[in-house]
Amino acid sequence: MFYKTLSDLAYGFGVALDPHNLVWALVGVMLGNLVGVLPGLGPLTAIAMLLPLTYMMHAVPAIMMLSGIFYGAIYGGAIGAILLNLPVHPAHAVTCQDGFPLTRQGKGGVALGIAMIGGFIAASVGIVVMILFSPLLVQIAFRFGPAEIFAIMLMGLLAGSTMSGGSALKGVAMTLVGVLFGVIGTDVNTGDMRFTFGLLELQNGADLVAIAMGLFGVAEFLRNINHASFAGVASRVRLRDMLPTKKDLRQSAFPIMRGTAVGALFGALPGTGPTITTFVAYALEKRISKNPERFGHGALEGVASPEASTHSKTQIDFIPTLLLGIPGDPVMALILGAFIIQGINPGPQLITEHRDLFWGLIASFWVGNILLMLLNVPLIGIWVKLLQVPYRYLVPSALFFIAVGVFSEQNALFEVAEVVVFGLIGWVLVSFDFPLTPILLGFVLGPMVEENFRRALILSRGSMATFVERPISRAFIVVSALLILLQVVAFVRRARQARRAGR
Amino acid sequence: MRSPSKWHKDCHGGALMVLIGLASMAGGARLHVGTLVQMGPGFFPLAVGALLALVGIAIALRGAARSGQASALVRPDWRGWGCIIGALLAFVLLGAYGGLVPATFAVVFISALGDRKNTLKQAFWLSIAMVAISVVVFWWGLRLQLPLFGWR
Repeated sequence: MFYKTLSDLAYGFGVALDPHNLVWALVGVMLGNLVGVLPGLGPLTAIAMLLPLTYMMHAVPAIMMLSGIFYGAIYGGAIGAILLNLPVHPAHAVTCQDGFPLTRQGKGGVALGIAMIGGFIAASVGIVVMILFSPLLVQIAFRFGPAEIFAIMLMGLLAGSTMSGGSALKGVAMTLVGVLFGVIGTDVNTGDMRFTFGLLELQNGADLVAIAMGLFGVAEFLRNINHASFAGVASRVRLRDMLPTKKDLRQSAFPIMRGTAVGALFGALPGTGPTITTFVAYALEKRISKNPERFGHGALEGVASPEASTHSKTQIDFIPTLLLGIPGDPVMALILGAFIIQGINPGPQLITEHRDLFWGLIASFWVGNILLMLLNVPLIGIWVKLLQVPYRYLVPSALFFIAVGVFSEQNALFEVAEVVVFGLIGWVLVSFDFPLTPILLGFVLGPMVEENFRRALILSRGSMATFVERPISRAFIVVSALLILLQVVAFVRRARQARRAGR
Repeated sequence: MRSPSKWHKDCHGGALMVLIGLASMAGGARLHVGTLVQMGPGFFPLAVGALLALVGIAIALRGAARSGQASALVRPDWRGWGCIIGALLAFVLLGAYGGLVPATFAVVFISALGDRKNTLKQAFWLSIAMVAISVVVFWWGLRLQLPLFGWR
């Protein structure tokens, strides 16, 4: 078993180091790094924009590139947070709290260095966990029937909508809206047209890329135009500044390990976003610290732990996506879409049926992370300059890329019009303070939830009890119920506090 | 009683969710609903719509409890707004009846004018630059299936 895994891994490195694959992985991590630095252009937008271009690529390099964007963006996000106090992506908001004070003390380089070293260690641990647990999970996954899949998806959707920050009720509402978007198109079981408004173009459903571009591109621009301009103050960071001293390393060794563990835990729970992960890691670090008053004034632990947690979470997130076909967060949902577009169905059979893809991808994570470490040193200066590209040039160029990217997907201008519609919908929802990411999760999982729900009930002859009678399914249902209970308890407690404060 | 304009925006947001939920229920009911054993195409939208309407009511109620707290809607920037939507629609229209070059020029030029800080001259040169990228990268490099100029 152990030797089998090692030989599989060696084979994977062979695939990942193939020059053609290596170049695409490099392109992916570079792009990811870039969009991670730029505000308003997250990995979600970047992957959605590049998805159409991967149609003509082979599956292995395509997935390697898209995944590279995902984890490359995390390295980039740390740069904006530490050097410029810009929480480019919500997951890094917590890094600003101690990262930016460190920069003002002239220790920004060290903070970046620690974030990178911690990130690399955490990612490596995440990859090892993937390697060790994937075969185990495969054995369990083969026992999954429609009832189990429905239950785990329900749990993922609930976790995703209630724990991604902000109001839980609004998250649930947005997930349901996403599920309804997923209903659009032909019903698989009967062939009836649903919610197509008589448009033939909609019979294959709403387009994933059009939704993503509308919600995360156009809606964002509609909100920010004439309100935001990229104002960053550049500070130069040299390699010499980034090397931590022995004392810095000793100070951050345990926080890195604890952050890695937190990330691993949350990575195994589908639906929990990266933001909650980093916040929990930070809170944990602050709570166990001997002198918590240092936090917020440049404590190195406050950078090391959250950054490590988001890296290990990201790698482990790939497990449920690859082996169960259940994406942990919206970015994973897009990558899942890329698999399906390539004609590959994620699931327990993936390891055996697409050995090159699975092990190649795992090896490419390692290669990509090493590339990122090496690249980050010379590139940081350039990225900091890029933060000064004004918004007024970025929006028009990005709109063109969106339009042409969505068009090229199926050579259909109809889908560009779809982007406009979803952009408007997204803008309306954002103005009412609704979070948009759960929509995408609901849209991707919705059709699968419906199909498995219907199938499970056909098998049980209409008895809803099937979901609690089957042990694996029951476990997920219990966790889902606990998630709801947790929200209710928190709500009651808040209401009580508010009443007491009002008195 | 408070005047409607003073209501927390969650009331409106919740109402919107109720509306979407009811619409989905109506749409589902028009299809064959079926039973739990043999669900028709209408069952799922009906159920999800009902859930959404319930969640919407909860959001609105919580918002009502908070009425009086400041919750101003962000006023849309109509110029930027119109230019972004107009730019994309121009791409659709010109893509169908004009070709890639006019469509690219239009989407960049119109949206660039949406930002008050851009001058006509800057918008023009930015559009020319993007047209060049569009022709070289997408038409020549990636073989985009759209003629440079031409009517369909």
